[in-house]
Parts: sequence; structure tokens; C-alpha cells
Amino acid sequence: MSENNSNPDTKNRRNFLTVATTAVGAVGVGAVVWPVISQMNPDSSVKALASIEVDLSKIKEGQEITVLWRGKPVFVKRRTKEEITSAEKVDLKELKDPQPDNKRVKKSEWLVLVGVCTHLGCVPISGKGDYGGWFCPCHGSHYDSSGRIRKGPAPTNLEVPTYEFVGDNKIKLG
Amino acid sequence: MSSNDSNFNQNEIKPVHTNKVGGSPFKGVVGWIDNRLPIIRMFKYEYLDFQVPKNLSYLWSLGGILMICLIFLIVTGLVLGMHYKPSSSEAFVSVEKIMRDVNYGWLLRYAHMNFASFFFIAVYIHIFRGLYYGSYKEPRQLMWLIGITIFFLMMATAFLGYTLPWGQMSYWGATVITNLFSAVPLVGKAIVTWLWGDYSVGDSTLNRFYVLHWLLAFGILGIVIFHVIALHIVGSNNPSGVEPIDTRDTVSFAPFTTSKDLFAMLIFLLAFVLITMYAPNYLGHPDNYIPADPLITPAHIVPEWYFLPFYAILRSIPDKLLGVIAMVSSIAVLGLLPWLDLSKVRSAVFRPIWKQFVFLFVLDFFILMYVGGMPAEGIYVLISRVGTIYWFLFFLVIAPLVSLTEKTLPMPNSIHEYENWKKQGKIKTLKIF
Repeated sequence: MSENNSNPDTKNRRNFLTVATTAVGAVGVGAVVWPVISQMNPDSSVKALASIEVDLSKIKEGQEITVLWRGKPVFVKRRTKEEITSAEKVDLKELKDPQPDNKRVKKSEWLVLVGVCTHLGCVPISGKGDYGGWFCPCHGSHYDSSGRIRKGPAPTNLEVPTYEFVGDNKIKLG
Repeated sequence: MSSNDSNFNQNEIKPVHTNKVGGSPFKGVVGWIDNRLPIIRMFKYEYLDFQVPKNLSYLWSLGGILMICLIFLIVTGLVLGMHYKPSSSEAFVSVEKIMRDVNYGWLLRYAHMNFASFFFIAVYIHIFRGLYYGSYKEPRQLMWLIGITIFFLMMATAFLGYTLPWGQMSYWGATVITNLFSAVPLVGKAIVTWLWGDYSVGDSTLNRFYVLHWLLAFGILGIVIFHVIALHIVGSNNPSGVEPIDTRDTVSFAPFTTSKDLFAMLIFLLAFVLITMYAPNYLGHPDNYIPADPLITPAHIVPEWYFLPFYAILRSIPDKLLGVIAMVSSIAVLGLLPWLDLSKVRSAVFRPIWKQFVFLFVLDFFILMYVGGMPAEGIYVLISRVGTIYWFLFFLVIAPLVSLTEKTLPMPNSIHEYENWKKQGKIKTLKIF
């Protein structure tokens, strides 16, 4: 044994074997751990329900409906002229998460928002708060008529979900 | 094989003892077993003959009381688990079935609910005891850290358990707390979706929370065993903060400490029974008897009472990420105390300045608990901010500063001298302390 140890050739071979075994072992551990972690992500049946269609024809001006999408409420609001102009008039410098109103809507009459407060996930209440939009009862975040955060602990604006108009009076969420 | 084998260096050969059978102080069958599995002598040495300071007050009974709570929680949890169904469509109904149809189901569930609360009552007194008498100081730092770990696990377990009845508070509590992880930069949202197994708290979330509730319950049990092993190495602290020297300072664990602890447990269980029988829902929230509804957030979300001080700290900070960091740090900072408080004197009995800050800290805890249950507006926000500032000031500034500048009172040389001083009225302590 002592003879083998001093032979540089054997030493290199042994180092190579150590590195190679460790590498194969690491890949093996990764391959075992990954499925155990990944199984916790949304499964196929959850993902399959990820898109729905919403009929807009019955919503009157100023009215808002809430639909359930991916287990979360989505607000679909047909905004009044005043709400649209007040949302467009806001100086972007005043905003915590600056975003112009026209970047948040596809047609300015229709505002579509994920009804989940960006602070800690409560459902904001419509028509309350200091900015004519929504108010979250949990920790006091105020949103304006474009769903933008104006006051309170929420860090960002109410999220606009991925959607598209499929016809004049219908949208597809997701 | 010959012992002259040239492959072995004669000087390096040492005998080995892989067979350790023997050494039991017992005879007969008990001795035969103990020689092969030395748990009986361990019990004798560690629980019967074990020497503890003779001046332990009732505040030292909380350890045993906590053990009782944990055992009762595991037993009631086990039988509740035989009737509960962890799915979003059945959970609420199965809990109502436990309350109405299952034999003694109402008793078992109310007991489980209230034992959780009493577990926290006991753990808060236990932590106060450690804080007041300097039980976190050399050589007990590791024990203190294990204790803080248990406290973290208890909070996680209690949170997961509160989700299971799938009422409005369960659902929205779970939503708010899991969303704390969304404050993590970049990967926050992915983490939350991963925790949920969905795009919101839902069926998958409930199912895994049920499994994790079990896992953590037994995790606590495991770490409690470490806590106790560590205790039996460093020994109990005592109101004087002076280490025992000889048999004048100590008594045997049995029957002296055991009988005192049993009496304390009896009083504790009496209080538990009174609440469980006469006001079983007093410590809970009525909204949790409304089935979970993902479209309606209750007007006023409050966590269970034992989370309120930390919830107040979370809400006192107007920034999401900083709020979460403050809340987690407010507990983690307890773990730094052994290295922040530099005083050589353990017991606050001999630390007139520190003692007052400790009592102020206790007051701060209750004030934060109060404002944590109030809406986050107006004066309550201000109070919670002041309370949060004092919380961190206490650990990070007051503890080191006081420990370096305070003039401590003269110390007794031993526990029996401490007891004599007490009898002579030289030391003022409350009877229970």
C-alpha cells in the first residue's frame, strides 16, 4: 500500500475516481430529490382548468362582476367615463408602482384584475378606500380605479391577468 | 492469521470491546434486560437520583407541563385524525361530524384546540422564566437555541393545524401566512405556488398541510428529546443563578421535584379543564365556523391569540418584505440573547436595572398582543410601532448596554446561602419566583 501511495500515476487515478464517483452520486441524489420537490407544484388537472371564458354582455356601465379563475377571484369592471378619465389623469410620479392606465387595459371601458391584494393575498372590497377603486380590509391597502396601489403596505398594483377578447362581448382568461 | 503477521505494527494493536453487556445496578430479569439495553439504569440515574437545585420554584414546573401538553396533543390529534378528512370539499363537514356524531368527538376536538392554546401559555411562561433567571447563559446556550427551534416548530405546527377545519379564518389565515413567502425577491411567487400546489390556497394545499402538521408534531417531540438530554448535561438553572456545589444545595428529582411538578400540573390541568368545559371557543374565533370561501375575505382577519404579538410586528412596518423580515427576526433575535447579554450574573434577582427592562419587555409583549388583535389603523399602528421598536431595542441595545454598565447586587456563594438570605429578608422576591 505504501508503495502505491507514492506512485503519482495511482494518485491521479484515485483522484479521478473520487471526483467521478462524487459527480455520479450528486447527479443521482439530484435525480431522486427533484421528483420529491416537483410533485408539490400544481398538477396537470389544476393546469388544465387554467383558462375560462367570461361573457361581458350583461354587465352595465359602472358594474363589476367577480369570477373564479384558478381558485382566485377576478374582477371584471365596466368603468364609467369619470373613472376612466380619473385613472388616465393620474400623474405617474405619484405612484408607488408607476404604470399608465392604457398599459393596464385592452379596451379602456373594461378593467380586468386579479382580485387578490398584492400584500398578503386578501380580496379587496370594491367601491371602498380613498381612491375610488378597491380597499383591502386586511392590512389597509388602497387601490385606484385602475387597480393601482396608492396607499398602504401592498408593494405592487393589482395584477392584470393574461386575457384576450374573443368577440366584442367575451373575454378568455388565461 | 498469526499475530506476527508482518502487515501489522505490533505497537499499534489495541484490544477492542464490542461487547459491552453488563454494568447494571439491577439484579434478576430487570438486570438481565438492563445489561443489554441500558435504558432502565438511565431512567434511574436521570429521573430518580438526578440532583436538582433545592430552590426551584413553580416556574421550573413548566418543562414537565409542556411535556404533558405535547403528549396530550399527540394523543388527541391521533384519534381526531381517524375521523378527519383533509380535502377542501370534506374537511369542514368532517370536523362538524366530529363535533356532532363521533363519540366524544366534541371533547376530543375541544381538548386538542385548547391544549394548543395552553401549550403556548406554558411555553411563554417557560421562556419568561429563562429570560428572567438568565437560563440562556453559559453553559446553557445550546439548550436555549434548541428551545427557540422548538418554539419556531410549535408556531408552524399550530398554523398548519389551524388551517385544517377549513373555515374562513383557516382559509384566509393560510392565504396571508403563505403569502409571506411571496416577499422573497425574484422567486417569491414560484415558492408560494409550490407551497400551494395550485394558484391559490386549495385542495392540494390542505392535503399537504395535514401531512406536514403530523410531521412537525413528531419533529417537535424529537427535538424536545434533545432539549431534555442537553438539560441533563448542563443541569437546571435556579432562582439564585448560582450553580449547586454540594448536597446542601440539591435534592433528588424523585420524589421532591416530581411531587412539586405533579401539583403544578394539576393546577394547570384544572385551568385547562375549566376553559375547555365552560368556554371551549373562548380562545378561538367565531368566523372559523363559517366554511372557507375564496371569494370573501372576512372584514377583520386575526390569527390565533398566541401569534398576535408577532402579527403586530408584521403590520407595524409599511413595507411588505421588511415587515416579514421584522416578524421572523423578532423571534430569531431571542436566539442571539446569550451573546448579547454579557453579564456574568445570571439571575435578574441580582440585576436591579435589567430586571426592570425584562418586566417592561413582558408588558411590551402584552401590548403588542393587544394591538395585533385590533384593526391596523390610527393609534394602533403607532402603538405597534413603538412596541416593535422596544422589542428590538431590548435585545440589540439594552441587553448589551445594561450588562456592561449595571452594578449588580452582592451575590451569595451558594444556593443554601441564597436560601438563608431569603429567610433573613435580605433578598426580595415574589413567593412564586
